[in-house]
Amino acid sequence: MAVVHFDAVQKVYPNGFEAVKPASFYIEDGEFVVLVGPSGCGKSTMLRMIAGLEEISNGVLQIGDRVVNDIDPADRDIAMVFQNYALYPHMSVRNNIGYGLKNRAVPRDVIAAKVDEAAKMLNLSDYLDRKPSQLSGGQRQRVAMGRAIVRDPALFLFDEPLSNLDAKLRNQMRIEIKALQRRLGVTSVYVTHDQVEAMTMADRIIVMNGGVIEQIGTPSEIYQSPASTFVASFMGAPPMNLLEVTRADTGLRLADQILPLDLPDTGAELILGIRPEDIIPDPNGPFSIMVDIVEELGAHRLLHGRLGDQSVTVHVPKDYTVAEGVLRFAMPIEVLSFFDAASGQRVSR
Amino acid sequence: MKRALFSNIWLPVALLLPQLVIIAVFFYWPAGYAVQSSFYLQDPFGFGSTFVGAGNYQSLFRNNEYLKIANFTLWFTVIVTFFSLAIALILAVKADRVIRGAKTYRTLLMWVYAVAPPVAGFIAVIMFNQSWGPLTEFFALFGYRFQVGVNFNDTAFAMILTSIWKQVPVNFIFFLSGLQSIPRSVREAALIDNRSASGRFWTVTFPLLAPTGFFLLIINITYALFDTFGIVDTVVKGEPGNNPMTLVYKVYVDGFRGNDLGGSSAQSVVLMALVLALTFVQFRLVERRIHYT
Ligand SMILES: Nc1ncnc2c1ncn2[C@@H]1O[C@H](COP(=O)(O)OP(=O)(O)OP(=O)(O)O)[C@@H](O)[C@H]1O
Ligand SMILES: [Mg+2]
Repeated sequence: MAVVHFDAVQKVYPNGFEAVKPASFYIEDGEFVVLVGPSGCGKSTMLRMIAGLEEISNGVLQIGDRVVNDIDPADRDIAMVFQNYALYPHMSVRNNIGYGLKNRAVPRDVIAAKVDEAAKMLNLSDYLDRKPSQLSGGQRQRVAMGRAIVRDPALFLFDEPLSNLDAKLRNQMRIEIKALQRRLGVTSVYVTHDQVEAMTMADRIIVMNGGVIEQIGTPSEIYQSPASTFVASFMGAPPMNLLEVTRADTGLRLADQILPLDLPDTGAELILGIRPEDIIPDPNGPFSIMVDIVEELGAHRLLHGRLGDQSVTVHVPKDYTVAEGVLRFAMPIEVLSFFDAASGQRVSR
Repeated sequence: MKRALFSNIWLPVALLLPQLVIIAVFFYWPAGYAVQSSFYLQDPFGFGSTFVGAGNYQSLFRNNEYLKIANFTLWFTVIVTFFSLAIALILAVKADRVIRGAKTYRTLLMWVYAVAPPVAGFIAVIMFNQSWGPLTEFFALFGYRFQVGVNFNDTAFAMILTSIWKQVPVNFIFFLSGLQSIPRSVREAALIDNRSASGRFWTVTFPLLAPTGFFLLIINITYALFDTFGIVDTVVKGEPGNNPMTLVYKVYVDGFRGNDLGGSSAQSVVLMALVLALTFVQFRLVERRIHYT
């Protein structure tokens, strides 16, 4: 169990590419932190620096009370679950799980007991004598998990551990991993590009883009008050509606309506952000959109349409009858987010 | 694999025929002939032959010189195979660490492979030339007079060294590509699980190289037994005398120099049996048992 402390940690690859810009943050003891972002944004690089598989170019990384910059992966007291599981193909499941303990001079009977316990926890007891090639994808995933938990490390690292599984198994394993982490209370860093995984598993989410940390916050903070237009459009499916607004004497002009809002006038162009479910259909509402497409999703419906010349998505409950054509709606002022159109950064109200 | 169905039996036969003819003419026929003549005693001047049954084989295994050569061949094969594999493995591991996938280096090392065995032998002869060979001079530095073709041990050393030198590149290439086909994440997992580099090598890398290793083992044994003929021939300069030689070379010496076709044929049959055994080991034991995926 450990805290992790990043102090201006930067990664520049030998070819000169700066994959992670200097990043500083703090992971609490027992916290489950999810690193999320689009492909190539530097998530794996960040994780691999924690693991010691990638050298830290600049800055200081601390796990627990040790600076680990120059410490070998084996001595960092971490365990990692890889995307393709990285099981040892020539070893049985039992030896795969026990390998890390054997090399740490743990007595044989202790290893056997720990492996059995982990196998029971992960429903692997019947497969201990098989080779990884004789297991299904989900079982291999469990072996990789088992290898991590028997080590009883200070820190779990996961690099997209579920991305090779089918959707159903992924949902199931997601819940199991989270429950396991809760039970063991081990600090965890989990990399994914799946924002559903991020929202459901994380205590805190770190959103990255192009080597930069865009925002760090709890899932609801990230969802309710995204720090930038990037976070707003990356997190949430469908994403937040981002609409251009112009300043008017009495507030902000959106299409043909004025929002009575008093934002400090910095002279910057603004973008209004609103989640699809925060748009309330209301026959007497001030705004109207032209609905082009109704998307039926069972539990709810998504209406895709245009507000003036800007596209908008509205989320309505399944019992709400809709038709294509004009839909009038209202927007509660307090749920609106505003961003600087030029920088994309959130503007406080 | 897709199975093609032929309605007419003659088409596939016709398609296979050239291959079958080549195998028959160049392999089965001479092999059959060797087996047959191994039971006869040939007149050295070509005047007929007498059936002697297993006589040739009996005299072979009672012949001290033959047993001595067999013994030498055994050691020669063990040493050449071991060092070709070991040196290549060490080089491959070092190279793999430095140059993941650098092609030029591999190509350069591969050149030695393209050297024909007699040429390799010739290079050895030059290197060990009595009056100005660089290696002879090197040994002279230590006060040792190196005499290839005269001193049994020196000649054996030159033969072994050349044979190893010639085989290392092949093994290197196979080992290197074997190493590079080990998934990066598996090595990284080992890096987290095991702090000792040599421990990681022996428990993860080496077992994962085993399929390559066993394949190469068979290839190398075959090489040391048979393909070194050209090297042996050049180094002993066709003058067997007291010089070391391998069993294959002995077949040639007895058959073509000594005109003992019967005895020479019996020796070939023994070697054929050896090859069959090796092939059997390769297909039955190695290919079946050492597979992980
Ligand atoms: N060895 C390397 N040398 C140079 N650039 C690299 C190297 N490894 C990764 N990169 C670059 O660094 C950036 C971040 O890579 P990283 O693997 O961390 O991305 P990621 O966020 O994990 O993406 P994904 O979701 O696709 O796994 C990418 O643009 C990648 O091209
Ligand atoms: Mg990645």
